[in-house]
Amino acid sequence: MPNVCYANRPLELCMNIKHLIKTLSMIDLIKGFNVTLKALFRTKVTVQYPEVKTPLSPRFRGKLALMRYDNGEERCIACKLCSAVCPAQAITIESEERNDGTRRTTKYEIDAFKCIYCGFCEQACPVDSIVETNIFEYHMTENHERIQTKEMLLATGDQYKEEISKNRAKDSKYT
Amino acid sequence: MEELITSLFSSLTLQEVELIISIVNIIIVTASLILFVVFMVYFERKIMGYMHARIGPNRVGPKGIFQSLADTIKLLFKEIIIPKKADKFMFLLAPLLLLIPAIAAWAVVPMNPEFLIADINAGLLYLLALTSFGVYGVILAGWASNSKYAFLGAMRAAAQMVAYEIAMGFALVGVLMAGGSLKLGEIVAAQSGGVENWFFIPLFPLFIVYFISGVAETNRHPFDVAEGEAEIVAGFHVEYSGAAFAIFFLAEYINMALISILTAIFFLGGWESIFSNFSVLEKTFFNFLIEPSIFWLLIKTLFFLFVFIWLRATFPRYRYDQLMTLGWKVLIPITIVWIGVECLMFVMQIGPWNSV
Repeated sequence: MPNVCYANRPLELCMNIKHLIKTLSMIDLIKGFNVTLKALFRTKVTVQYPEVKTPLSPRFRGKLALMRYDNGEERCIACKLCSAVCPAQAITIESEERNDGTRRTTKYEIDAFKCIYCGFCEQACPVDSIVETNIFEYHMTENHERIQTKEMLLATGDQYKEEISKNRAKDSKYT
Repeated sequence: MEELITSLFSSLTLQEVELIISIVNIIIVTASLILFVVFMVYFERKIMGYMHARIGPNRVGPKGIFQSLADTIKLLFKEIIIPKKADKFMFLLAPLLLLIPAIAAWAVVPMNPEFLIADINAGLLYLLALTSFGVYGVILAGWASNSKYAFLGAMRAAAQMVAYEIAMGFALVGVLMAGGSLKLGEIVAAQSGGVENWFFIPLFPLFIVYFISGVAETNRHPFDVAEGEAEIVAGFHVEYSGAAFAIFFLAEYINMALISILTAIFFLGGWESIFSNFSVLEKTFFNFLIEPSIFWLLIKTLFFLFVFIWLRATFPRYRYDQLMTLGWKVLIPITIVWIGVECLMFVMQIGPWNSV
């Protein structure tokens, strides 16, 4: 209530009666109570993360992996399209000619700190070598571990091979 | 109970038996209060969480029911850090000064017509005296901490509690006039005979004022300027840790329960049943519903405790000057006006108290 003396201003007193009724009936407070009471009975959407996980799309872009052919030969032909397209410049590739005359990578490194998980490398790859898995729970404890070497990437690909192919199969209709 | 003790120890005199009974009663009340606080903290966090569209504590035990037990154990084993420049004696005295009146006030609170620790004549005055005693604990805690935030909190708490004490006292004057007694048991007896005789109908403004002042008295939201996490971190108990802090917590929740049970006793007919007029239910299975019992009192108390939590989850903190305006310029005039109205009701022979 504004701090005014209404004794010699009857009109303002009348105007103020509306305000008086509104505050004394506590109608606004009751409205507020109503909001919180409704919230009390609303279904909670919190997911208990480590035990319960939200469903992931087959297109989810997580940890990167390098794939092999079924005969065990690595797919990567060191064309460097992925490193060219990478907006964060996270991929470093060095290549050499192998004994059988094919071009293969001698060094394939991804800096996990630079990677923004955009998935351009996967789109650019002509031989479907570099792929993104739907693994998002991984960590490193030392700074140097952020560099994922070729061996590490191939190992990830070997480990989650079936999962990756399943997700690709699910998504194949739409790509 | 008296017979049981006399049969067990026949050599005791009557006074000794009474002493034993009151000690047992005191232990029952204190223990149940402390247990109550443990669960109250859990329910407060849970209900607040639900009102905030969260889940609340759910890690310790099924649905998190052991959360407050874990918190208690943690608090009790924590080190009590006494600030270097604090007055050690006062610093440790303050939490006790807050806790002792909070528990002592329960001596005159009747749970049902039989269960009462001390049946003193001036029960209402005793309650008013003890609830205002708590402010010393708060001031002392703020002063002895030798910290500016604690001191600010204590100053705020002192001004606030003094302001709302008056409105509270005036609201109780109305109850006193209607009930015609200072004994809490007799105030409840004056409300017997159906919901229409409960004092919250003729004394509705006083009922609201009493509860609001009660919330302010216990320094609960939205009147918690004494704690004010945002501006003065935790107010008067900012320097306390461990068991000393736990005592502040305990006192706050016991005071909350006290205000709730007193509101139920003064305005909602205490242990009287909601259905006491439904004589249809007599001699049926639902006979227990119309009989006055402690469960009705507990249900009403729990309702007000829920309102305490509800208030906390709903409203933002009052600004300090608004708080003072509400206390001095709104609540006190309302109580004075309504006491006048009540006098008129007495003169004109309207109101439930004339039928008795």
